[in-house]
Order: sequence, then C-alpha cells, then structure tokens
Amino acid sequence: MMSLEDLIKKIQEAAKRALKEGKAEVVLGYQAGTTPMAVAPLFARTEGDCDKLVWSNFAKTNLSTYLPELKDKKVAIIAKGCDARSAVGQVVEHQIPRENVYVIGVPCTGMVDLEALKSKEARPVAASDEDMATIKLRGDGWETNIAKEEILRRNCKTCICRTPKMADEVIGDEVPSMTPDDYADLKELAAKSPEEKMAYFKGMVKDCLRCYACRNACPLCYCPVCFVDETRPQWLGKSQDEMDTFVFHLLRGFHCAGRCTGCGACEAACPVGIKVREFNRIMEEEVQKDWNYIPGLDWEQKPPLTTYRPDDEADFIR
Amino acid sequence: MSDFEPKIVAFFCNWCTYGAADLAGVSRLDYPPNFRVVRLPCTGRLNPKYILEAFKRGADGVWVSGCHPGDCHYIAGNYHARRKFVLLHHMLETLGVEPGRLHFSWISSAEAIKFQEVARDVVEKVRACGPNESFRKAELGLAEVA
Repeated sequence: MMSLEDLIKKIQEAAKRALKEGKAEVVLGYQAGTTPMAVAPLFARTEGDCDKLVWSNFAKTNLSTYLPELKDKKVAIIAKGCDARSAVGQVVEHQIPRENVYVIGVPCTGMVDLEALKSKEARPVAASDEDMATIKLRGDGWETNIAKEEILRRNCKTCICRTPKMADEVIGDEVPSMTPDDYADLKELAAKSPEEKMAYFKGMVKDCLRCYACRNACPLCYCPVCFVDETRPQWLGKSQDEMDTFVFHLLRGFHCAGRCTGCGACEAACPVGIKVREFNRIMEEEVQKDWNYIPGLDWEQKPPLTTYRPDDEADFIR
Repeated sequence: MSDFEPKIVAFFCNWCTYGAADLAGVSRLDYPPNFRVVRLPCTGRLNPKYILEAFKRGADGVWVSGCHPGDCHYIAGNYHARRKFVLLHHMLETLGVEPGRLHFSWISSAEAIKFQEVARDVVEKVRACGPNESFRKAELGLAEVA
C-alpha cells in the first residue's frame, strides 16, 4: 500500500494539475488542523495553496457539502468514496452542473471514530501523528499507538465504495470494498412492540440540543429554507419539546431517503454523540429493498423519488 | 375506554375520495363522524410533514386517500405519492407508531360503498389503538385538532 506521504504528494500533484489544465478554478481538499486529530477544509486557488493539501485518517467531514454553494465555479474536489458519491448525488439532483465538478478520487481505508478512540485512550492528547494503518498519540509523558482497524467509524465498516471508481481520476492504489450493511439490528428491532421501538428511538435522541450541526454538515441538506426554519406555518417548535426533537430526526432521515451515501458527516458533527445516521439507515434499507437503488454510484442514475413504476408495490394501501 | 371517540385527520384527493365521501352522503350511507377532512388537489400534494403535524397536534389517527393508480387527474401524481407513502409508512412503523393509526386507501369517486366500509374500519382500528399519547406534543402551543 502507498504510504501516507506518497499519497499526499500525489494529491498535491493532482490538485496542481487540475488548476493548471483549467479543469478547476479552486480545489477543495483538507489541510492540517490547528488541534491534534483534526483536519480543516482548504480551498486551494494557487499552486502555493496546493502545497498545504494533506490526507488524513481524521478527514471525517464531507467536502461535497460546499459544492452547491460553488456551483457557478469550476471546482475540483479531493474526495473519498462517500464524498464522491455525494457529489454524484448533487449532480443527478441538478444541484451542480456535471461540467463544473472534477472529482479527484482518493481510495480510502476508513476514517477514525473519535468516540471509539477516546474509549481506548482517555488521556488528553497533545499531539498526533499517523500513517495509513496506525494512529500515534502523544500526551504529557506518554506515547501510544492504536491500530486504525480497531477504531473505524461504523459507516466505514460497511463501506461499499472505498475506491470511487466513478471519479474523473483516481489516485493511489485501489482498495477493496467492505461487506455491505446487512441491517441486522433493524431487522431485530422490527420484531419488537411499538412501545419498545418508540422508547428506543426517543432514548436515542434525548440529548439532542437541536443545534442542527448534522444538517449543516450534510451534503444533501441544500434546501434554501429548511423545514426546521420555516415559520409560516411553523412545522417545528423552537422549544426542547421531546416530540419536536423526535420529528426533526424523523424528517431529516426521511429527507435523506434514497440519497444518503453513509458518509457519517452528520454523526461526526454531533456534539452529543447521537447516532443520527440510524434514521437514514431505516430509509436506506427500504429504498434498496423496494427499488433496488443505491445512491451515488452512477452519474446518469435517476433518484427514486423523482420517478415511479406503475407496478410499485404498496400492499398496505387498500 | 369505551367512551373514547378518536379524532382522525383525513387527507382526501379532490378528484376521487372527496367525491366518494360526497356520494356516500347523498346516498344516505351511514359512516362515523370521527374524521376531519382536509381536501387536497391530489395525494401528490401531500407533504409527509402534514401527517406528522397532525399527529404532533394530537390527532389519534391519519387517513390518506386518493385515486386508484392509473386514474390520477394529473396523470402520475398518485404514483409519485405512493413512493413517498411507502417510505413514510415504513419509517413510522420502524419508529414505533402503532400500525392501526395510519391508513392509506385508493377510493374512486364512484365507490361510495367502499368509502363507507373503509371509513368504518379506519375509525375502529384507531379506536382500538386508544388515544394518541406517545406521538404528540406535551404542550400544544397552537390549536389542537378540534
């Protein structure tokens, strides 16, 4: 496998090439963060900017979130598989013109779940270093290495697109995909009583502050006015009413139906550690089962809710 | 619980089920008065948040009814609606809304008898679920379903 340094070099070269050949006016990528175990987005407009580009096991945000705002510019995006799938989704939903986005795909072996990392190493971290498979942490008088495999994010464990083959160019070595999600936990939950299910999901979101960080981090949430911000009529109260919070998560998940690529940016953004993607997974499973649709793999695909078949099954309708 | 009368919000398509309700009325077909009808131009107009809003404001049940597939006044409105219903129905079932609270049907404007049968059944199913206590706001700042 290519080393992290080599991969970063290749990313920088690809970014410079995209700028030079006029494929893009700006390259979206990651730069080193100001704290350990973090990276920040970088909008590279010059060759000098491109030298700041990095790759990391902590690149948990999804950069395609910025694409709709930049739709009038030619943008190249350094994308892991899920980010590239989101960009495809934005193109098939006509949010960005295909010719304005140039996807530089980076094969990805998964990103680190910071919560899982904290459960292994609770001491305050002063500095971090990494290579493709190991996270090296340093603190006050201690040093430790953690294998990345052990602290992968949940969505990375079931990733079906580690190598974004639909990208305009792919740099680095191809990485085989993981076993797809079997939704075993949802199947188990389906057998429970309505009261148990409701209690389970209400418990899941009980700490929600409704800061909407999950929405802002999500590449699918590009509506000019979100339903949570509508005031006439006001669909969602502004208080901490349990039902308002619950309906927010329900509808957020519903709006991601047939669109979510499982990038995990929502969960990474949540300040209180809610597994918000669980709501998306409910829809993900159903869309796959009913219409055999997996979002973000093909530039020509038609989103399932913009189309129909006369013989669509719905046996609950009498 | 025998004196519990459920409040049901019904979303009917103007071109079919609304007509069926009308026909049931003029044909003197008896059906229970537990639902409050919201007339829509098409079930395709139904935003899923309307259903959630009804529950949130204290409705005990919701009933959505429109034209049979293939008979949409706007050619394909109910086909598109059907896909949304499939997802919403699955979402609410997974999250633990009792299956008896949310009903969907296709009733044409000529099917007054089907309307009567489904109306009776919907009311009985919702009645069996009892009052909606788990999927409503604790404090209804705005008007609750009358």
